[in-house]
Formats: sequence, structure tokens, C-alpha cells
Amino acid sequence: MSLISIFKSSIGKKLLMALSGIFLVVFLTQHFLINITSVFSEDIFNFLSHFMGNNPVVQFILQPILIFGVIFHFVMGFYLEILNRKSRGKNYSRYAGRDNAPWISRNMIYSGGVVLLFLVLHFYDFWIPEMNYKYIEVLPEDPNRYYEELIHKFESPVRTTIYSLSFIFLALHLLHGFSSSFKTVGVDSKYYNIIKSFTFIFSIIIPFGFIFIALFHNLMH
Amino acid sequence: MKLNLKIWRQKDNESKGNFEKYLIDDITPEMSFLEMLDILNEKLINENIDPISFDHDCREGICGSCSLFINGRAHGPDKGITTCQLHMRKFKDGDSIIIEPFRAKSFPIIKDLVVDRSAFDRIQHTGGYISINTSGNTQDANTIPIRKEDADNAFDAATCIGCGACVATCKNASAMLYVSAKVSQFSYLPQGKVEAKERVLNMVKQMDEEGFGNCTNTGACEVECPKGISIKNIARMNREFYKAKI
Repeated sequence: MSLISIFKSSIGKKLLMALSGIFLVVFLTQHFLINITSVFSEDIFNFLSHFMGNNPVVQFILQPILIFGVIFHFVMGFYLEILNRKSRGKNYSRYAGRDNAPWISRNMIYSGGVVLLFLVLHFYDFWIPEMNYKYIEVLPEDPNRYYEELIHKFESPVRTTIYSLSFIFLALHLLHGFSSSFKTVGVDSKYYNIIKSFTFIFSIIIPFGFIFIALFHNLMH
Repeated sequence: MKLNLKIWRQKDNESKGNFEKYLIDDITPEMSFLEMLDILNEKLINENIDPISFDHDCREGICGSCSLFINGRAHGPDKGITTCQLHMRKFKDGDSIIIEPFRAKSFPIIKDLVVDRSAFDRIQHTGGYISINTSGNTQDANTIPIRKEDADNAFDAATCIGCGACVATCKNASAMLYVSAKVSQFSYLPQGKVEAKERVLNMVKQMDEEGFGNCTNTGACEVECPKGISIKNIARMNREFYKAKI
């Protein structure tokens, strides 16, 4: 049996969804750990951002993998949603979904959709200007520019509000998605309860940590 | 008790189908839901109207024949029961009740509330059994030592009656709870381990061919399962599937 044939099955497709989700959770953690430094140290934030923005391994290996991971997770999510809706065929005239499953688990497509819209804005805000700065206009590198760029973005209360609301949807997405991905991978042992507890803590701390960072810069500058 | 019923009527699989409204009177709280439908059917027959077709057999919660999606839930407003175990005491005088067939692309409607669940049979045929020599020299299963925990898990999985409530209630019409129960009931036991690899591969392949959806771990199937089959079986089957593929 070839390993590739796993991914032709429904279980395999879900496995890809789960693995790409876990990968994005790892990235999210790293992103948060760098961003939180901006709250207490301009120098550390600039140092880490400069490193991430100029290290060739990060820029030319990890960044393309990350972009592929993000696109793959969204495309696969929408593809599976279409397949699943086709499997239902005709919808029920009345479906009491909330009686047997929480909202977050039944509406991953919507919480994920909001996160996708947020990413479009986030790329427009940070990634596209960064690519323009380094590779199109090829401006001279200033290792101390990152903190200023960050606080400039969060001067806008509208942007800060949009970011904060988006992170609430990210929290909802993570609350189900993180622990669910481990079930898909095949974890059903006593460790699953630990994963579930960790999921809850992680899904609150990371998104609300991002909200804290956005509000901090909006209110302090 | 007087009830307003809104019931899905469909002549056959090709017909479009629609809801019909019926008013029914003199329903007592101790009647079962299926008895209530029997009374309605008697009334319809007396009025020369085609009676409502619905599945039923043992009426003891054992066979898994009765289906029905009642007020938005598989087997109605109660947990851990089949429709035949649902009693009218769960409803109040004047209630409106919407009764629909189990809806899934893999469960085509035969007539009214009767759906074709033979997709489950076809999945079973691909591996839901143990091939064993029955020529007279078969070892007595009771002489094979089995860990209590494994025996309990196998027994719990084996209580699945294949009613299809998991598919009906899952937002994706996924059959993973059913298939994982059928896979697990054998693979926990030494007799089932011999064919475990082929079983999981073939049953999952057939499940996919039948057009069931993907599992998104909402847990709705577990809540509505009349036998309380755990979704731990799904994670177990996933693991077994990966091992079989590798």
C-alpha cells in the first residue's frame, strides 16, 4: 500500500486537514511569542522581526511552506465542506443541531471564513508592504523600522476593532479545531483529556493575547 | 392529547415529496410514538387515504429498523433511545411535531419516511465479519484469554444496531461512528485481529464509495446513538486505518 493512497480516502483528507491545522497552530504560537515582545521591549521586537524578515531559511524555505500551509488549509476546508454538504443531499426542514453539538464544532467553516477574511486584511497590512519594501522597491534595510510600522498600524481604532473581532473567531475556530485534529490523527487515549484541556487554555490565551497586543498599542500610542 | 403533525410524504424515490399536515386527537401519554403513527394510519385508511409508510420491526429498541427525524432530531427529543422507545409523554397537548425521513444522499427515500439503508449492509459485506473454519474443530472463544477492558470495549462497539441515527444527525451525513463500531468490535478481539488490516481498508473504501461525508468530530452522532457508541471508536479506527495503509 502506498502512503499516498491514504490521502485519497475520506479519512486521509481529514488527516491532511488536521496536520495542516496543527502546523498553523505551531506558526501561530511562534507569531504570538514574537509579537508579545512588542509590549515590553521595542529592541527585542525589532531584533526578532529583523531576524525573521531577513534570515534566508525563514524567508525562502519556511515562509513558502507557511503560505502553502495557509492556502492548503483553507482550500481543503472549503473542498471538504462542499463534499459534506453533498453527502447530506436535501436539508432537513428542521435541524436541532445545538441539541447535540456545540456551535463552534458545527460552524468551523464560518469561523474559518472570518479568519480567512482577516488574513486578507493582515497580508494587505503587513506582508504586501514588507514584500514591496524588500523585493520590489529594494529599500535599504533598517533593523529598527519594525516597531514603528507595528504601532503605526494600530493607531486606527477601526483596524484594532477588526483585528480584535477576528481573533475572537480564531479562538472559536481553535476551541474545536485544535483538539479535533488530534482525534483525526488517532489520539483517543487518556492523553486526549490533557489535549482537550490544553486546547481550551491555548485557544483563550493566544487569540486574546493578540487582542491585548492590538489594544495595548492602540491605547498607548 | 391533540397534536398537529407535519409529515413528509413522498410517493417513491423519483417523486418530489412534500409535507402534509394532519390533526390527530385522543393520543395518550403512555402511547409510543409509533403507536401514535399507527392510529393516524388507521384514520387515513378509513378515509381512503394512502397510509404513511415508516420503518419498524421489533418495537423494543433492538432491531434498529425505526428511523424518523422528529422535531429536528434523530429518534426524537430524547437521548439514547430509538423511535419505538419514544413515548408521547415527551410531548404536550397542542404540540406541533415535524416528522421527516433520515436525510442523506446514501440513504435514498423509498417512500414517505422509509429510507434505503442498504449502504450499511454493503459496508458490512466488505469486512464486518470474521472468517472462521466451522468444520467442527473451531476453538471455543471462551477459552481464549481476553483482557477485560478489551472485551468490554468490543462488546460496547458490538451493541451498534445499525439504525443510521449517526448518519442522520451528523451535519456531514458521515457514517464514521457506524463503521468504526463495526471495525472496533472485531479488532479489539484476538479472533478479529487476523483480518483487521483488510477489514478496515475495505470497509472505509466502501464507506467512501457509498458517498457518506467526512467526520468533523462534532460528537452529535454519539449523543444521538441509541446505544451510546463512543466516538473514541472513530479515533481508534483512524489509527488502525493509518497503520493498515503504512
